[in-house]
Amino acid sequence: MSTNGMTSWAVDLKDVGALYPFQGSETLLVILGLAFWIGWHVWQIRHENAELASEKKRGTGDKARKFIDRY
Amino acid sequence: MGDNLSSLTVIFTEFYYWVTVVFMFLIHVGFCMYETGASRRKNHLHTLMKNTMAIPLVTITFYFFGWWIYFAFINGPGITGGMTSAQFAEPWSPLMATHLSGPSPALGVPAEGLEGAAYWHRLNGVFWAAFLLFSITTASIISGAIIERARVGAFWIIAVLIGSVAWILDASWGWHPGGWMVKLLGYHDAYASGVVHAIAGGAALAFLLVLGPRLGKFRADGTPRDIPPHNPWLVTIGLFLIYTGFWGFYAACNIPMISPASIGGLITGETWTATNIYLAPTTLSAITFNFLMSLSGGMLAGYVISKGNPFWTYSAGLCGIIGASAGNDLYHPIQAMLIGAIVPSIAYKLHYWVERRFKLDDAVGAVAVHGYGGFLGVVIAGFMLWGQPSSPYEGYAAINPLGNFIGACIMVALGFIPTFIVAKILDGANLLRVPKEVELVGLDFEDREAYDAAVSDVTSAERAMVK
Repeated sequence: MSTNGMTSWAVDLKDVGALYPFQGSETLLVILGLAFWIGWHVWQIRHENAELASEKKRGTGDKARKFIDRY
Repeated sequence: MGDNLSSLTVIFTEFYYWVTVVFMFLIHVGFCMYETGASRRKNHLHTLMKNTMAIPLVTITFYFFGWWIYFAFINGPGITGGMTSAQFAEPWSPLMATHLSGPSPALGVPAEGLEGAAYWHRLNGVFWAAFLLFSITTASIISGAIIERARVGAFWIIAVLIGSVAWILDASWGWHPGGWMVKLLGYHDAYASGVVHAIAGGAALAFLLVLGPRLGKFRADGTPRDIPPHNPWLVTIGLFLIYTGFWGFYAACNIPMISPASIGGLITGETWTATNIYLAPTTLSAITFNFLMSLSGGMLAGYVISKGNPFWTYSAGLCGIIGASAGNDLYHPIQAMLIGAIVPSIAYKLHYWVERRFKLDDAVGAVAVHGYGGFLGVVIAGFMLWGQPSSPYEGYAAINPLGNFIGACIMVALGFIPTFIVAKILDGANLLRVPKEVELVGLDFEDREAYDAAVSDVTSAERAMVK
């Protein structure tokens, strides 16, 4: 058993193609990869919304003026 | 070098490794930047010099014995055989100097008497330097964890111990085409998750356990305080430079071009190839795909898990690479990305759990990024590459989960045990930690006083000249 089908390097390299493990799962990998990417944007937008709402609430009055002066 | 093709191959290979060495130097620029940025202003010069001086110390000791260890200890010795001859790596060998492979009558040694002279005379220096840069990296990883309270002399002794002895011993065992771990365990760690990072993480852990936390790191109730870096910008750009240097690190782990006949293993035909460190075929394209995808997986996951913290996002990118490095010669890029995302997520959680539970003050997360990340990377590669040949030579164990798990444990132990012993000895001799009074005022106290006095002197003089 081998995760890429190769169990020995006793081959002519001109006859060897893909080497990565679990060949045939490319479509699943792409779906997982896309889900990771889209999921990241969803999380990021939600996190940024929460962060901006918090900063908007807290950044007022003297505290805001102090931060402006810090440049 | 017999014919023009041989000459071209050797000279190309010589130049290839030389370029990797230049790139890898950026890792150390990056380490110095991020470690200095992570320290407080009162310690930053001391922190800079602590890391910087590891470079010359590891360099000269790696010349004296480190390079020889790599070739001499591949069998253990005593596991798959005895010590092996490595004339070209002995510091008194003419091949450890300028040499054109012809006879050297002044030494009374004909070139034919030196095995492999025609090959080694050109490549020895650049091979040595590439491995040296791995050595300095291994030592530098420890340096960041112990900032602001360790004595520099203690660190420099540990740097030589790990950089020029322990890591190169593990490389001889698990990162050499003939290493016993590769033969017996099927150990596979192509881009050094274990042989560089896990051992350095193990050494940093041992050093920290003996050294103890910085004053003020933990409150009376045991909860940790954050000790912010004096310059977060320098920290993150330092990590960015480490990424850049890693390109050289990855390329240096490959043989750029070699014929099946030169490998001398089971491969048939006449197709030349690039190989990994075990002389098993891979391509620069494969590791370029996987380097970038594992870096990206790590950065994206790090951003989420640290809620956008710049230091941890950059560190997770590095940890993503380290987590996938053991198998990045063979992974699919999306596999590398997912592994690169999972490993730093675990390492990040472990960092804070260990900090709270064991009061471990790892100032830069070195144990997490390199130790936990490297260990997990080796273990995951054992599963992902299960059953694949570990070597182009006959009679080697195939890559397998148990072999890589045992190998990962050996890597951590090879860093942890010698560092713990030497740190205990240094601590017993009162050479490990600076006095409490010095730690409080800062390690740059005298430099700062001299600086202030010089500034006062020159500005007074200039003010007096104003009419």
